[in-house]
Amino acid sequence: MQNLCSVGRRVPKLDAVAKATGRVKYIQDLKVPGMLYGKILYSKYAHAKIVKIDTSRATEMPGVLAVLTAEDVPEIRMGVYKDNRPLKTGKVRSYRDEVAAVAATTPEIAEEALKRIEVTYEALPAIFDPEEAMKEGANLIHEAHKSNVLKMPWTLHYGDVEAAKKEAAYTVAERFSTTWVTHCCMGTSGAIAEFDPANNLTIHSNTQIPSLAQKDFLEALKAMGLKDRRVRVIKPCIGGGFGSKLDTYAYEYIAILLAFYTRRPVKVEFDRTEEFIATSTRQPTITHISQGCDKNGRLLFRDVSMILDNGAYTSWGATTPSVMMMPITSLYRVPNVRYEAKCVYTNNTYAQAMRGYGNPQATFAIESTMDMLAESAGIDPVEFRRLNANQAGDVSIQGLRITTCGLEQCMDSVKTQLEWNQPKNEGEGVGMASLIHVGGGARVYKSDGCGTIIKMDDFAKIDLFTGATDMGQGSDTVIAQIVAEELGLEVDDIHVIHTDTDVCPWDVGAHASRTTFIAGNAALGAARKLKARILELGAKQLEAPLEKLTLRDRHLIHQDDPEKKLEIGKLLRKAHFSHGGQMLMAEYFFDPTNENMGKDFRGNMSMTYTFGTHGVRVKVDRETGKIKILQYVATHDVGRAINPMLLEGQVYGGVMMGIGYALTEQVLSEKGQNMNPNFRDYKILTAKDVVPIKAPVLETYDEDGPFGAKGIGEPGCVPTAPAIANAIYDAIGVRIKDLPITPERVLAAIREKQGLDLCGQEAGKDDAGECIIEE
Amino acid sequence: MAREISFVFNGNPMKTIIEDHWTLLHFIREELGYTGTKEGCGSGECGACTVILDGEAINACLYLAAELDGKDLLTIEGLAAADGTLHPIQKSFVDNGGIQCGFCSPGMIMSAKALLDKTPSAPEAEIKEAIAGNLCRCTGYVQIIDSIKAVSGHEEEPHVVAFKSEDNDRGE
Repeated sequence: MQNLCSVGRRVPKLDAVAKATGRVKYIQDLKVPGMLYGKILYSKYAHAKIVKIDTSRATEMPGVLAVLTAEDVPEIRMGVYKDNRPLKTGKVRSYRDEVAAVAATTPEIAEEALKRIEVTYEALPAIFDPEEAMKEGANLIHEAHKSNVLKMPWTLHYGDVEAAKKEAAYTVAERFSTTWVTHCCMGTSGAIAEFDPANNLTIHSNTQIPSLAQKDFLEALKAMGLKDRRVRVIKPCIGGGFGSKLDTYAYEYIAILLAFYTRRPVKVEFDRTEEFIATSTRQPTITHISQGCDKNGRLLFRDVSMILDNGAYTSWGATTPSVMMMPITSLYRVPNVRYEAKCVYTNNTYAQAMRGYGNPQATFAIESTMDMLAESAGIDPVEFRRLNANQAGDVSIQGLRITTCGLEQCMDSVKTQLEWNQPKNEGEGVGMASLIHVGGGARVYKSDGCGTIIKMDDFAKIDLFTGATDMGQGSDTVIAQIVAEELGLEVDDIHVIHTDTDVCPWDVGAHASRTTFIAGNAALGAARKLKARILELGAKQLEAPLEKLTLRDRHLIHQDDPEKKLEIGKLLRKAHFSHGGQMLMAEYFFDPTNENMGKDFRGNMSMTYTFGTHGVRVKVDRETGKIKILQYVATHDVGRAINPMLLEGQVYGGVMMGIGYALTEQVLSEKGQNMNPNFRDYKILTAKDVVPIKAPVLETYDEDGPFGAKGIGEPGCVPTAPAIANAIYDAIGVRIKDLPITPERVLAAIREKQGLDLCGQEAGKDDAGECIIEE
Repeated sequence: MAREISFVFNGNPMKTIIEDHWTLLHFIREELGYTGTKEGCGSGECGACTVILDGEAINACLYLAAELDGKDLLTIEGLAAADGTLHPIQKSFVDNGGIQCGFCSPGMIMSAKALLDKTPSAPEAEIKEAIAGNLCRCTGYVQIIDSIKAVSGHEEEPHVVAFKSEDNDRGE
C-alpha cells in the first residue's frame, strides 16, 4: 500500500481554530453599510382567499422604507415545480405562506410594521391528510394543477412481481409511516441582498448550491425586467445544512425584492420560530410494502407503494422517490421489484431535501420487513441478510453497478462489536439494518460536475478555488489533504476558497454525499495537472529524467538519489522571475461517468455506492414503553477514510440525528399549524442523550474515488430507525411501524399484544371513569 | 432608560452607558461588536449564547445587560491568550473533532470552561450535564465530549475502533 503523508490522517478542520475562537462570520454576524432589515408576514390560515391587504398603516411608519405584497412585484416563480411565489397572490395554501414583507431601518420597526398590515382572508376548506387529498372531488390546493397528485410519475416495474408473488414461499406485507422532522441547523437561515447602480446583484446567503442559486436568482432578475445582469453569490460561514439549503427560498427572493425597491442592502434573517415554521421538513411518507422469498430465503420480490405528503408547494422533497428507488431496487439482491410513489399536495408545510434524501423513509420499511420475512422463513435475520447481500461486481436490477461492496463485512463487524450472540437480559434485544447510498456522486442534473482552480505562489503555497460547499462537514479539509498528498505539501500549505461565485468554479451543490468524491476528484485532477508542470520544470532544473522525480516534504526529489532535491518554492520563484517566465495554475472539471435515470428509471446514478450496517442493543421498559439504547454500532464501507476523525464525526452526527428521527423528533402539526416551533418542544437529542456509539470503518479502496474514498455524509442516519425497531421487536416482540417510536406507541403495542386497552384493562371491560388517555 | 455600568470584559475593566431593556446578548453582539457569542434561539433553549459571568456559565439571551454591573464577563474572544495561543479547551475541540459547523462551538466551549474551572477532572456524567443545555446538530456530541474529557484528565476508552478488511486486495 502506498505510504501516504496527508491522506488517512486525523487532520483538524482547517477552520476549526477560527471557529473555536469565535472569529468566523455567519450570516447573523454580517452587516453591510446602509443595510435595512426585512421581515415577512405569514398567513393566518392554512387555506384561504386573500380578499384584501391594507398596508397603509405600515407604510406611513417612520423608518419603514418598503412594504411589498404580491401586487407590488413582478411574478417570480420558484421551486422545483415552479408552483410557488415569494409573495402569495390570490390565496394562501399553508400557514407558512408569505403574504407581505417590510424593509425598515431596524428589526424592531420592521416587526412593528408587520403588525400594522391588515389582511382580510376568506377561509377555504383545508386538507391535511394526503390520502384525503387524493380522493376524487377533494378540494384543490392548486386549481390550475387540476389534481392534488403531482404529475411526477414515480413508477417502475422490473421483472414480474405478480409471478414472483405466486412463487414465493414466504411473504410479508405491512404499512409504515414516517412524519415531519426538520433540520434544526443551529445557525438560522438568512440572506443579505444588494444591488449596485447597474442593477447587478450581490447576495450573501446560506446556501448549499451557490452555482444553482446564482441561476435561480438570475431568472428572478429576468422576471423583474433586469436582463443580462450579474449575480454574485457569497456564502458566509454556514451554521449547518443537512439538505435544508438545497433550494432557493421565498426569504431570499424577498430580500432581493426589498433591496431592489429600496435601493439599499436588505437583510432577512430568521429567528428560531421562523426557522421551525418557514423552512422545509423531511418528506412524510405512508408506505405499503411487501417482500417475499423462496423456501431457502432468497429474496424473490419487493413491492412498494408510497404516498408522500408534499405540502402546499414543491421543493426537492417531491423528488426523493428517485433516491428511494435505490434501496428499494438495490438494497440486497432482489430480482423483481415494483415501486410507485405519489406526491400529494396538502395544506401542510412543504418538504425539502434532508440528509439521506428519502433513503431513511424507504429503508425503515425495507429493513423492518426484512426482519419480519426472516422470521416467517425461520432464518436468523443476519444470515437472511447475508444470503441476499450485494456483492462487488453486481449490477442491480435498476442498473446500479456495484464496484466495491463491503456489506457482508459490515454485518460481521456489527455482530462482533455488538456481541450479537451474548445472552440478553429481560427486556433487552438486538437489531440490525443495512444501507446502500450513493457514494460516488448522483446524476440528478445533466451534469454532476465540480470545478477546481489551483494556483501556486512564490513560496509553494496553494490557493485552491473549489465549487464545493463546506457547511461544517469538513470538505475544505478533505480537499486540502488530497491536494497536499498529490503535491508533496503540508495540509497547512493549502488555502481553500469556496465562498464566492465571482472566483469559484461551478458545481451542482453539496448534496448526495458527493463532495468528497466529486470535489475531491476535481481537486485531485487539478493537482495532477499542476504536478506535471512542476515535474517538467524540475526535470530541467535538476537535470534529471522526469519519471525519476517525485514531490515530497515540500521538495522535488530524485527518487534514486534523495540528496538531489529542490525546494518547490524555489522552483516556483525561478518560474516567475525569469524571461519568458510562467505562472503555475491549473484547472480541472470533474464530471463522473454516472448516468441519468432513463425513462424506466434505470441507470447507474452513482459511480460507486456506500454500504453500511447499523446494529443496536436496546432495553425496553415494559411498564412505561421507554427505550434505552445500550450500545450502537455503525460500520460503513467508506472506500477510504481520507480523514478518519472527520469521517467519524459524520457518522456520529448522522447516527444521533437518526436516533432522534427514530425516537423523539416530530413536528407536531395541528391542522397545518406547527405546534412546537422551539427546542423545548421539538426534541433534538442533547449531550445527555448520547448513547455509546462505535463507528468502525471498512476500507474497500474504490478505484474511482480520490485515493479510494466514497461519500459518507448521509449514511449515518439512514438505517437507524429500522435497526432500533428491529431491536425493540427482538426485545419484547412488538413491531412499531410508525415514527417516531415514542414510549406511548411502544406501550400501546405492548397492551395490544396482551389483549389489553391502552390503560392496561381487558378489552370490553373499560372503566371510562378511570381510563383517560389524551392523545 | 439608560444607566451607567462598570464591569470587567475579557479581563479589561470597562465603564459604559446601556439601555435598561438590552439583553446581555444584544449588548455583547450589537453594542460591543463581539460576534463570537451566537444567538441560536433567543429563549435560553440552545446555549449558543453561553458566556461566563462571575465564573458561571449563563445564557446571555436571558440576562439583561444591566445585570452586568460590578461583574466579570468572559466571552469566547477572551479565552485565547493575547498572542493567539489557544486555551487548552479550545485546542482540544480543534484536535479532537469537536467542531463541525461551529455555530454551537463558542457556547459549548464556554460551558466546558465553566465546568472545568470548578471541577478540573470532571467525570463524563458531569461533562454531559454541563453541556446538556448546549445543542449541537452536527457532531452528535461524541467528539465534543471526547474533547472535554481530553482536558479533564478523564480520558476513557476512545470511541475509535480499528477495523480493516482482511481480504482486501485492491489496496494501493
